[in-house]
Formats: sequence, structure tokens, C-alpha cells
Amino acid sequence: MIKVESLYKSFGDLEVLQNIDTTIEKGEVVAVIGPSGSGKSTLLRCLNLLETPTDGHIWVDGEDLTVPTTNILKVRQKIGMVFQHFHLFPHMKVIDNLTYAPMTVKELSKQEAEQQAKLLLSKVGLSDKEQAYPNSLSGGQKQRVAIARALAMEPELMLFDEPTSALDPEMVKEVLDVIKSLANTGMTMVVVTHEMGFAREVADRIIFMDYGKIVEEAKPTEFFASAKTERAKDFLDKVL
Amino acid sequence: MNLDFTQIVPYIPFMLEGIWVTLRFVIIAIIIGFLLGAVIALVKISDVKVLRWLADFYTSIFRGTPLILQLMFVYYGIPQVLGYDISEFLAAILTFGLNSSAYVSEIIRAGIQAVDKGQKEAAEALGIPYRQTMVRIIMPQAMKNILPALMNEFITLTKESAIVSVINYLDLMRRATVVGADLYRNFEAYLFVGLIYYVIVMILTLLGKLLERRLSQSD
Ligand SMILES: Nc1ncnc2c1ncn2[C@@H]1O[C@H](COP(=O)(O)OP(=O)(O)OP(=O)(O)O)[C@@H](O)[C@H]1O
Ligand SMILES: [Mg+2]
Repeated sequence: MIKVESLYKSFGDLEVLQNIDTTIEKGEVVAVIGPSGSGKSTLLRCLNLLETPTDGHIWVDGEDLTVPTTNILKVRQKIGMVFQHFHLFPHMKVIDNLTYAPMTVKELSKQEAEQQAKLLLSKVGLSDKEQAYPNSLSGGQKQRVAIARALAMEPELMLFDEPTSALDPEMVKEVLDVIKSLANTGMTMVVVTHEMGFAREVADRIIFMDYGKIVEEAKPTEFFASAKTERAKDFLDKVL
Repeated sequence: MNLDFTQIVPYIPFMLEGIWVTLRFVIIAIIIGFLLGAVIALVKISDVKVLRWLADFYTSIFRGTPLILQLMFVYYGIPQVLGYDISEFLAAILTFGLNSSAYVSEIIRAGIQAVDKGQKEAAEALGIPYRQTMVRIIMPQAMKNILPALMNEFITLTKESAIVSVINYLDLMRRATVVGADLYRNFEAYLFVGLIYYVIVMILTLLGKLLERRLSQSD
């Protein structure tokens, strides 16, 4: 579904991604882990072109995102993204947060969009918050709305950038549960996370990054039991 | 004390008519200034360097010269060059509209840039096109923050509108002068229209407060 080849990204003189190669299959759940500043977010943001790669190629469903003729908006419709800080639209009610993009981008009727939104809200356990404004929600609720908002576009791929890092500890579980159940539906997902337990349990594969490179890729069981590289071992020693 | 308010009574309808004359062009100028200002603000945050430079230049001209000069220039200067006899009304809405757009564009630009960058990214990630992102996601949030500054600009425009009396446009201000000259009594006439300006500004302020409350219902 996604193929990344010789991907480079620099901000000015700072090389943030160096020679990234990887492939993500349909239905796969990939957890990206690594120290702060290692380029995890940047890699994720390259996948939906929130960052423009400096060099290299990214194919999504066989379409090369890095050629100038690519319709970026079309590509983004297939890719949902969930941010650390939610980024809900504060001036819109929860339901409107969910319906705005489908109505605007996919030209769904208001009725269709609302029906779908209600279904998604019930799936993330927030049916009663339909008419609330985001500012009245807790962090965990906000993030669940944000997930539902991304799903409302019926994406083929979901990107999560530290979806629980901004949450109070007691709210982490409710969000992780939603992400887990989404993984169980066969959604293709790339999750940047500091939740090692979650990565071990849910991911099909771990990508460990350091200094802008993929240092190690492995199944979670292998990775957590016996990481091959020193850097991964060091990292695991610190976080586990 | 030499004061006699009864003398201006016959002139009151004449002066009251000035309310509408003033408001008519002030409202149009505010609308022009707002819409044009919003467009110029978008140009200022665009990627096209030449356009950005032009927008900044435009703003600096209106901010860097006296309003009364701008008005004289449009009313007396343009006809000389174009051979087109511009009406007082048109000169007034043009000058005040363009002048206000320069200030409004700065207010809106600052307001847009103060909106959390994550909002634009979230909209982009959903595949929402640029225009809708700006108009439906970013602008409404910017508006909420800049409403007090915008109201301030509209109030300033309303008061400065009195300058049009120099091109003999029969606005409130001009009418007070006419009445004063007629009666050889300036105090009463100026006091009277002064009160009217004050009431108009108070009403504007109140409308702004109401709007502010409406916009903050999402908090
Ligand atoms: N827009 C930007 N401009 C300049 N430098 C940037 C920009 N975005 C990221 N960087 C730099 O790129 C490097 C990698 O950042 P990135 O956010 O991808 O790291 P990360 O692995 O996600 O870290 P964290 O775990 O702290 O989120 C960092 O050194 C960061 O300062
Ligand atoms: Mg990050």
C-alpha cells in the first residue's frame, strides 16, 4: 500500500530524514518509535505531504506522491491523520467537526454526513457529545472525536502522531482502546508512539528510528525481546 | 452666557438627515474596507513574493499619508488626470473604503497568523481545499480574536468620516457647519451633531459587544 524509497528531508541545513526505505502492506499496523528528535513525526508527515520530501519517492497505492503532477488533496482524502494535540475545529460543534470535510470534499449531503458521523461517534463512545463544542470536552474525548473526524473521510490509511502524549494518564486507555479496535477492523495504520506496551500488543511491526534513519525493523516480539542494534537496546533500557 | 438652543430647532430635520448621509457612505466604506482588507490579508500570507510586496506597499501608502490628502487627491486629483468628474459620494466611499482596507488587512493578517498552525494542518490532512480552509476554518477563528480591533477600526472610520465635509459632501459634520454659518451660532450646532456622532459610536460599540458574545459561544 505504501512504499517509501530513499526518502530524504532537510530543514535548511538540518537533515532530519536520511535515506528512509520501507514498505507498509495493506492491513498492517506499524509502530514507529525512537528518541525525541529522531524524525518520527517528520516521516509521518511526509506520508501525507504535510512536509514536502527533499528527495526520494513515496508511493501510495502505486501513485508517486513526490511527482509534481500528483493531486495532493486526492491523496490526503485516502489518508487520515490524528495529531498529538487533536486540532479539532473549536468553532464547530462535534458533529460539524465530523461532517464538514465529508460534505465539502466528498460532497456528501448533510443528511448522509450526519448519519455517518453519528455512527462514528457511537463507535468512539461519544454519542452524547454530538452537540457539544470541543472546548467542553476532556482531552481523551477530544482525541476520540479527532479519530472519528479522520474516519469520517473513510480513509484507507490512518496516521497517528503520539495520539496519547498530550493526555492525562487516566485518559490514555480510552483512546488506546479506540485505536486498538480500529486496528482489529483491518485498517492500515502507522502509529508514532511512546506507549511501548501498546506497540508490543497492537503492532505487526516496529520501526525504530534514530538520528533520521530507520535503525531497526522487526516484529514486536523479536524487537522487545532481543533488539539487534546497540542503539535500540539503549533506547529500550531507558523507556522500559 | 450666549446660548440659545431654540434657534437650531428649525434646522434639526436638516441635521438629522445628515445621519443617513453619513451612515450611507460609512457603511459602504466599511464593507469595501472589510472585503478588500480580507483579500489583501490573504495576499499578505500567500507564497507569491511579488504580490506580498505589492500588498505591503499598498498598505504603507494609506498608512503613510494623511487621510485628508487621500480624499483631496481622489476628489480633485483624479478628475484632472482622467477627465472624469467624480461625485462626492463616490470619492468618499473610495477613499474611506481603500484607506480602511489597508488597516483591516493588517488586523486580519495578524489574526490569521495567530490561529494555531495545527488548524491549517488538520484541514489539509482532511483534504479540505485552501479556499475553504481559509474561509470556513481559519477566518472564523481569526475573526473572534480580532473583533475588538476591527470594531475599533470601524469606529475610527465613522468618526474620521467627518473629513468628507472638506469636499462639500453634505454629511453630519458639514451640516453643522452650514447651520452654524447660517445662524452665526456654532456652539449649538456642533454640540448637536457631536451628540449624534457619540450615539452612533455607542451603538456600534454595543453591536460589537453583542457580536463578540455570539462568537464566543463555542467556549
Ligand atoms: N518545521 C521544522 N523546521 C525546522 N526544523 C524542524 C521542523 N520540524 C522538525 N524539525 C526538526 O527536525 C528534527 C526531527 O523532528 P521530529 O518532529 O520529526 O522528531 P520526532 O522524532 O517526532 O520527535 P518527538 O518525539 O520529540 O516528537 C528535530 O530536530 C526538529 O527540531
Ligand atoms: Mg514527534
